[in-house]
Amino acid sequence: MSDVEERVKKIVVEHLGVEPDKVVDNANFIDDLGADSLDTVELVMAFEEEFGVEIPDDAAETIVTVGDAVRFLEKNKKS
Amino acid sequence: MFDLQGATALVTGATGGLGGAIARALRAQGARVAVSGTRRDALDALAAELGADCPVLPCDLGDRAQVEALASQAEAALGSIDILVNNAGITRDGLAVRMKDEDWDRVLHVDLTSGFTLARAALKGMMKRRHGRIIGITSVVGVTGNAGQANYAAAKAGMIGMSKAIAAEVATRGITVNCIAPGFIESPMTDALNDKQRAAILGTVPAGRLGLGAEIAAATVYLASREAAYVTGQTLHVNGGMAMI
Repeated sequence: MSDVEERVKKIVVEHLGVEPDKVVDNANFIDDLGADSLDTVELVMAFEEEFGVEIPDDAAETIVTVGDAVRFLEKNKKS
Repeated sequence: MFDLQGATALVTGATGGLGGAIARALRAQGARVAVSGTRRDALDALAAELGADCPVLPCDLGDRAQVEALASQAEAALGSIDILVNNAGITRDGLAVRMKDEDWDRVLHVDLTSGFTLARAALKGMMKRRHGRIIGITSVVGVTGNAGQANYAAAKAGMIGMSKAIAAEVATRGITVNCIAPGFIESPMTDALNDKQRAAILGTVPAGRLGLGAEIAAATVYLASREAAYVTGQTLHVNGGMAMI
């Protein structure tokens, strides 16, 4: 597991209170992990903080699965 | 009941009669209170009265950069903002047909936009901590309207709508967002009324007297308390019965 993937999964597990084995690449935050719309905003804010990056709204809309987040952050992370 | 030990609060417009009363009441329940306003000397005097550990944060709420800075200064000084009281307000009265754009803009900025900017900033920490209280001091005229106050009534009604929207967004996070709508309250402004004007006002108030700042402050303490956790998106009217809504 890459460093980014590990950090993303840790945030998702902590924030949504889900079992780590459910946080797989193709897990959809809303449909599979039970997030509501405010959870997804909070996750984006947590990713921004953790990786020192700003995620604009149009990019945030494309991040719907764990894998989407990992790929976006691997490309754009600053820390 | 209504114990606020360990809680932190930011009160805007704290140099006004109402804001000062609110800051004192929150402090009396045990909260650490940061006071903001435009007059440094008055803020210092209030802070001295409230006792140690009361950050003084001067701010012109008409200036968005200063409002953004105020939120971070308050978080830095207090460690968190558990209770945000958007109390500051100004009036620039005039009949709509003659109202200047600058008077409209200034009142909307200070009375409404600054409250949104501060709420948005404070919400981040509140969401993380799963607890928060945002209280807007609106006005009876935001609900009833009042000739000569199109700008002020719009800002105060806007605050009520904004509070309901945010309340719906963050209710699952243990954050409540409410308003208090005072009627006529004793203040330097009402002291300046002559006997005839005063009698005319009192004729519209079933309680037969003006309200006290402390009575608005008591409502604020209630909404800020843990006990009020199930009250959100509401407007509490404190007006001696002048408008029963």
